[in-house]
Amino acid sequence: MILVVDMNWKRDSLAAAEFVAPIVTAVEPHERCEVKHFSDLQPAHLNDYSKIILSGTALKDHATLQQPQRFEWIKTCSQPVLGICAGMQTLSLVYGAQLSLCLQVGMIEIITLAPTPLFEGIFHAYALHNFSVEPADNFEVLAQSTKCIQAIKHKQKDLYGVLFHPEVRNQNILERFVKL
Amino acid sequence: MKLGVLFSGGKDSTLALHMAAEKEEVACLITLLSKNPESYMFHTPNINVTSLQAEALGLPLVSKFTEGKKEEELADLENAIKEAKQKFKLDGIVTGAVESVYQASRVQRICNRLDLWSFNPLWKHDQKALLDTLVAKGFRVIISGIFAYPLDKTWLGKQIDTQLIARLVELQRQYGISPSGEGGEIETTVLDAPMFKKRLEILQSDTSAKGNSGVYIIKEARLVPK
Repeated sequence: MILVVDMNWKRDSLAAAEFVAPIVTAVEPHERCEVKHFSDLQPAHLNDYSKIILSGTALKDHATLQQPQRFEWIKTCSQPVLGICAGMQTLSLVYGAQLSLCLQVGMIEIITLAPTPLFEGIFHAYALHNFSVEPADNFEVLAQSTKCIQAIKHKQKDLYGVLFHPEVRNQNILERFVKL
Repeated sequence: MKLGVLFSGGKDSTLALHMAAEKEEVACLITLLSKNPESYMFHTPNINVTSLQAEALGLPLVSKFTEGKKEEELADLENAIKEAKQKFKLDGIVTGAVESVYQASRVQRICNRLDLWSFNPLWKHDQKALLDTLVAKGFRVIISGIFAYPLDKTWLGKQIDTQLIARLVELQRQYGISPSGEGGEIETTVLDAPMFKKRLEILQSDTSAKGNSGVYIIKEARLVPK
C-alpha cells in the first residue's frame, strides 16, 4: 500500500482534486493507495505503507514550507519517499536545505545529470513552482532544467524529490517509483 | 476563500463551478466573449448565453469582449480577472481545464502575476468519468459544436446522456477522439445544472454545418421554472 500525503493547506481542499487525485490515478493501476492529509499523519502508522509520496500544491500554497518540523519523521522512516514539487521543497527543508527563487509554469525540458531508476536522458515535464532548492550536503542532484535543480536524491536513503509534476505528463516516473 | 470562475457556459467550466462551490465561496463568473471562432483559449459557440446562465445561477457575471488573437486575448483575460478581483475581492480563480497545459499554464501565470490562487478541479480527471458525473448529477448539456471526423450535423443539439456517452467512447476507440472534447472535437452548452435556480429553454436555434465541422447556435432562449 502506497501512502499519498495531501500537502495542500487544509484537509479536503479544492486543490486536492488537482494535486492529489491525479497521483492516485497514476499509481493505483500498480499498487493500492491511501490518501492522508499531512496534518493527520501519525508517524507510528507509517510502517503500514510500502512507499510514501508527498503531493504538490497550488502555487500560492506555502503551508508545509512554513512548518517543515511536521515532517521530521522523514529522517527516521525506512520506506522510499518521493516528494513532488512542494513535497520536494519540504523534504529538502527537513534536511536543512535552502529554497531558491525559480518560477517555472508549463512544459519544460528536464536534463538528467546522474543515473537513477526513475528516469533517464532529456525529457519534457509539466512545471508549476516558485522555488527550487539548494540541496543539503547529503543530497545529490539528479536532474536540472535550464533555470534550476529539478530532481534530487538522498545519498544513502531512497528519498527522492522532483520539482516537476510527473502525474501530469510523466506518469511512468510514478510507476517506476512504485516498482523500486 | 472568495473565488471567480472562468465561465464559458460549457460542461467543464460549469462542473468546475459546482466543485468549487462545494468547498469555497464562488463570488462571480468571468467570461471572455471572443470574436474569433477559432480562439486558442475560449469556448465560443453560444458564449452569449452565459448572461442567462449567470442569471439562472444567481451569480454576477464579469464579461469582456476580446478579438481572440493568440496573445492579445490573454491580456484581455488578465484585465477581466483584474477587474473581477477588485470588484469582488477575489482570492482565487477556478478553471475547467482537464488536459490542456496550454490553457492551464497561461491562467496560472496570470494568477501568479495578480497574486491570486488558481484552481483546476477537473485537472487530469478521466474524461468518460466526467461525462458520467454530469449525467448522474442531473446536468442538462447539449452539443453545440462539432469539429472532428466522424462527427456530423446529426450530433448538434443532442443532449449528453448515457447512450450518447457510449457512442463518444466508441468513437474514441475507433478514431481516437477525446470523448469530452478535450482536443476541441466538441463544444457544449449547459441548459440546466444542480445550482441553476431556473433552467434555460431554447426558443429559437440555428444549425450550421459543413462536413465534420458545425455549430448549434441558440438565437433566443429564456429562463423557466424547474
